[in-house]
Amino acid sequence: MTIPDDLRRTPLHEEHIRLGARMVPFAGWQMPVQYAGVMEEARAVRQAVGLFDISHMGRFRVAGSDAEALLQQTTTNDVSALSPAKAQYSLIPNEQGGILDDIIVYRKAPSDFIVVVNASNRDRDLEFFRAHAPSGTSVEDVSDATGMVAVQGPAAQDALQPLTDIELASLPRFGFAEGSVAGRQATICRTGYTGEDGFEVIGAAAHIVELWQALVDAHVVPCGLGARDSLRTEAGYPLYGHEIDETTTPVEAGLMWAVKLDKGSFVGRDAILAAKQAGPSRKLMGLIMEGRALPRQGYSIEAQGEPIGVVTSGAFSATRSIALGMGYVRSDHARNGATVDVVIRGTTHACRLLPKKDLLTATITS
Amino acid sequence: MELPDDLLYTRTHEWVRLDGTTATVGITDHAQCELGDVVYVELPDQGATLERDAVFGTVESVKAVSDLYAPVSGTVAEVNGALADQTELVNQSPYGEGWMVRLTVAPDCDTTHLMSAQEYERYVQESGH
Repeated sequence: MTIPDDLRRTPLHEEHIRLGARMVPFAGWQMPVQYAGVMEEARAVRQAVGLFDISHMGRFRVAGSDAEALLQQTTTNDVSALSPAKAQYSLIPNEQGGILDDIIVYRKAPSDFIVVVNASNRDRDLEFFRAHAPSGTSVEDVSDATGMVAVQGPAAQDALQPLTDIELASLPRFGFAEGSVAGRQATICRTGYTGEDGFEVIGAAAHIVELWQALVDAHVVPCGLGARDSLRTEAGYPLYGHEIDETTTPVEAGLMWAVKLDKGSFVGRDAILAAKQAGPSRKLMGLIMEGRALPRQGYSIEAQGEPIGVVTSGAFSATRSIALGMGYVRSDHARNGATVDVVIRGTTHACRLLPKKDLLTATITS
Repeated sequence: MELPDDLLYTRTHEWVRLDGTTATVGITDHAQCELGDVVYVELPDQGATLERDAVFGTVESVKAVSDLYAPVSGTVAEVNGALADQTELVNQSPYGEGWMVRLTVAPDCDTTHLMSAQEYERYVQESGH
């Protein structure tokens, strides 16, 4: 495949080329899909520690006296409950109760936030926040000035600790701190998208290269988008454009834990409340395949030959050698333990439904 | 890219080893490299009759699904059962343990449409994939 020239490059582009990565277009960026191989990289993250370039994600600084009010109005989680040095998963809703994006909100100070958004939605999200911003509150796109890497896996803390003066053991999940990382100022947050312990680090664009090199020198395994997608699917995490989009509600996506209906008014609140009261007609479920054929986005899910849903993502577990995925299933069929079929290239393949949070520990038989 | 001289190759990246009336078929090193980690291989039943250029199976990697095309006509004498749960053999040993089917072919089996190793190498370089 030839890569179009007009794609953006992250500050780590030269490092990816040097490491022999296979580069692919992704959301307007040239990104590494794999280095040594998707399965080997995914295994490294489950068993030791891996390193991801996530600089393509959008990073906004939201600051000013009404910054909290702006984020309360434009995101679903309760920002007033977020203390400084803590981050929260949240959604940007639309007026219809659909999802414009899923994001992480970091509170640096009472009126100073960083918001991390998906690369594919960066421009639209920025416009959305700015359209709602009262005077005196600024929304600045700091994506290009910064870089971002994820260090993920059971050995993540051991790999990162020698490079920083931040006491990582004292960082709780979704806690963050600023300090010296590989010799320069950066922010470390205990977050990730793999289902493992780990950290995401934001630093100046030029500095992120030194941090990347230091981690590679410390034998942290570089991992591409292929491993990232496999790991997040296995962990039951949604990906924008697959499990969630403008037409899916947090109710059917199982994301109501990130929606605080009692926090006061916000965009889409009435529509989400109505969807919750009506009950979802379909639910996002985990799928464990009995065989090895991969369920892929768009494949039909059937029960006794009747279509009851559609696959949103599929992956092959690198550590358990099983095919799994997620999909929307009509609510009357969305039962834990139910056996249904995925139609793969014209043939039905049996799979078991389960809550998506159980995908990471499930086996074929239980 | 590994390309054994004693094999014949297709434009769809299968290889075939002819030994009398037995033709062993698999996918090339180039193909497995492009596909990445193979996780599922669907093969025909023993005894199935294959027409040249017809789809006889599927190979699926974490990235893509690819059809397998019969390089020659024949009857399936044996399928590689190891690929049912050791699909990594396709990546690790595409010309050896990662073979896919053995066909019984006619003694005068036509191979003039197939490429030599040198021709296949040039084909891959020129087509840029």
